[in-house]
Amino acid sequence: MKLYEGQIRIPSGCAISAVISTGGERMTGKTIIESMKPMHDRSNGLGGGFAGYGIYPEYQDFFALHIFFTDEESRVRCESYLRSTLEIVRSETIPTRTIPEIVDEPLIWRYFVTPLRSVLSSMQVDEREFIARVVMKINTDLSGSYVFSSGKNMGVFKAVGYPEDVGRFYRLEEYEAYCWTAHGRYPTNTPGWWGGAHPFALLDYTIVHNGEISSYDANRRYIEMFGYKCTLQTDTEVIAYIADFLLRKQGLRPEELANVIAAPFWDTIDRKAPEERERLSYLRTVFPSLLITGPFSIILGFEGGLMALNDRLKLRSMVVGEKGDRVYIASEEAAIRVMEPEPDRIWAPAGGEPVIVRVKEGMY
Amino acid sequence: MGIGFIYPEFEVIRNEARCIGCRICVRECANGVHSFDEKSGRLLIDETKCVNCQRCVSVCPTRSLKIVKSGCVFRENANWDTGTIKEVFLQANTGGVLLSSMGNPKPFPVYWDRILINASQVTNPSIDPLREPMETRVFLGKKPSDLRRDASGRLEYNLEPQLELSMPVMFSAMSYGSISYNAHESLAKAARELGIYYNTGEGGLHEDFYAYGENTIVQVASGRFGVYEGYLNAGAASEIKMGQGAKPGIGGHLPGTKVGADISRTRMIPEGSDAISPAPHHDIYSIEDLRQLVYSLKEATRYRKPVIVKVASVHNIAAIASGVARSGADIIAIDGFRGGTGAAPTRIRDNVGIPIEMALAAVDQRLRDEGIRNQVSLVVSGSIRSSADVVKAIALGADACYIGTAALLALGCHLCRSCQTGRCNWGIATQRPDLVARLDPQEGSRRLVNLLTAWKREIKEMMGGMGINSIEALRGNRLMLRGIGLTEKELEILGLKAAGE
Repeated sequence: MKLYEGQIRIPSGCAISAVISTGGERMTGKTIIESMKPMHDRSNGLGGGFAGYGIYPEYQDFFALHIFFTDEESRVRCESYLRSTLEIVRSETIPTRTIPEIVDEPLIWRYFVTPLRSVLSSMQVDEREFIARVVMKINTDLSGSYVFSSGKNMGVFKAVGYPEDVGRFYRLEEYEAYCWTAHGRYPTNTPGWWGGAHPFALLDYTIVHNGEISSYDANRRYIEMFGYKCTLQTDTEVIAYIADFLLRKQGLRPEELANVIAAPFWDTIDRKAPEERERLSYLRTVFPSLLITGPFSIILGFEGGLMALNDRLKLRSMVVGEKGDRVYIASEEAAIRVMEPEPDRIWAPAGGEPVIVRVKEGMY
Repeated sequence: MGIGFIYPEFEVIRNEARCIGCRICVRECANGVHSFDEKSGRLLIDETKCVNCQRCVSVCPTRSLKIVKSGCVFRENANWDTGTIKEVFLQANTGGVLLSSMGNPKPFPVYWDRILINASQVTNPSIDPLREPMETRVFLGKKPSDLRRDASGRLEYNLEPQLELSMPVMFSAMSYGSISYNAHESLAKAARELGIYYNTGEGGLHEDFYAYGENTIVQVASGRFGVYEGYLNAGAASEIKMGQGAKPGIGGHLPGTKVGADISRTRMIPEGSDAISPAPHHDIYSIEDLRQLVYSLKEATRYRKPVIVKVASVHNIAAIASGVARSGADIIAIDGFRGGTGAAPTRIRDNVGIPIEMALAAVDQRLRDEGIRNQVSLVVSGSIRSSADVVKAIALGADACYIGTAALLALGCHLCRSCQTGRCNWGIATQRPDLVARLDPQEGSRRLVNLLTAWKREIKEMMGGMGINSIEALRGNRLMLRGIGLTEKELEILGLKAAGE
């Protein structure tokens, strides 16, 4: 019997990497693919993936849905659902390259869509909430269809395989992004399914993650109160939903998100100046069930920036490098040196200390 | 003797070779088991009066006493066991309702003992609590569902009043009257030192203990004993007692003989009068009435203190808790059917209610299904026996636990289950000044602090093993538990996987 993502809980170790240009300069996918090569042994060929921001400028006002289908029948069913609630301005297969390292691919399509105004006003929701619900509906109710990317002017590309092969498979050298993130997976079980690879995405939020969180079920059972369904049983999925919930629904800022999920220890909070103490205590008291424990390093991508964060004990490696307007983040320094052999500065952020990088306003 | 005779349950055995005739046992036994016969110069034993509280055994300087089960047996019968036969005799003798104390002793399944805790191996490091911070601090109370910012973009701190606990354990409600002044003082002192709370129970707050108000939860039960504005404002939170696990649907009765001057003043009732708590609150016949009392208490305390509603775990507990959560309560306390009592009708104690493990699992899940779990904290009790039970309760979904029996054991209780007699040889469940004096509040509080300090260490060890360094990340984390020897249905209700899954 083949066990799929969602039927069992699969912990995994991993490699992560990212590069961002604060000036909004576009980079092809070549650099980020190269960065994953020295970390080859941190993956085991059971999953790799990338997220690129700014890759669809000609369709920047439309949500880009990347969808895996197991067969034609699933695609037809899913498309008929999409047409009932969305306007599809373009649909196509995502270009891939046939290489021996990547096999058993599903049907891989992308759709540039916009919600129908009439549907939005009758449901009394904004377009982002609407798209999030569409994604949740397809992923839970339409078997054989899986939306793995759903933001504007960005896209996720992932597969079962080593990350450098996955990058070649998706021809990422043909895309240009101001920010790339990447992931190589080392799951401790055998997933047979592409949807389980990282990055995990909802709207423009993407998560690549290295670690195994011990708070998983506490986080999951909390976040599911707010309409999210954790169908994959993976840490990354629940972290992505937490990010969406806190950033989009609760309006927190990325640094405040870090103060919730990697909250400082109470001893540290108690030593802060009164104003900061009050702020940190408030966030920690309001969202105790969203504290994430256990080892993790994550890179959260969002429109116009990213945030890198370690668990508060720093139980996973993560280093950051800078050169000019570029910021590099990776599980290992070697990956950064591949992208930039002589960074101006390179450092390991402390546990729980977020590194937030934003592209200059108007440049993305 | 004769038709109504019931052979004593215990035999008190004195090792004559060791006994030095000091007569401490005579002085220490309030039940009058031991006596000295002047004529013969011998120490006599009347085991018909023995409740097996182990007081004489514990204080005998030469270890010459022991208490064993008496060997006189009825003819064996799997249906009519000895206890059942004796209860029939007792009722035929007296025509009375049988009374019992402490928790249900019947061999019902203890689900805590069929739940196992996880630990990290390989993929995730365990954490050593001696080297790394390990947090057990808990806040009880409503958490806002929506954040707000002011015009300048600063978060508005719209938090309702919270109780801060250094660890997720509190001392549960035991009234002054059901237990002694010295027992209360021990609990109050220990709560303050530990950074947790004790609960007055329904008997009001003795004037000497207002000083411990910051660590006190004041209870409002159906008898409303000792309740007035000053009482409500003296505590850190108030608790409406709707029910008790040992006797759901039943009120209380403190006999007038126990209502001395001090208790009379504290309870605000005449000296020597029976203190009767009606079965229901006569101003709460429905959920909307409860809401009125919750808000009355909030008004009286100017919305500065959280309100707890305590209910017994009965069959429909999930729906009841959901209603209570919507009635304005900040915290719901659920008391399981194995919870203790100072006195309850035996039949009620032994047959009414459901296990706390099931009630907790059902309530936590229901509140999540309805999306309101963050609007209320859950405290569970009846019975939490060890730090492992605490860890399992938190992982099932509780915010904190109340302990009663475990605390009394620390104070010297030996679970003889005779509280209703008022002759507690350990100075706990009695109002007789000579017996009360046996419990030294300093020592009592030290033993309580020891107990919970030990539990806290053990909780940290177990959390560290799971790779969890904050108790919040354990709450409701049911994947950290597995069931063993449970049916599919039991696992489903508990929301657990089976061991091996």
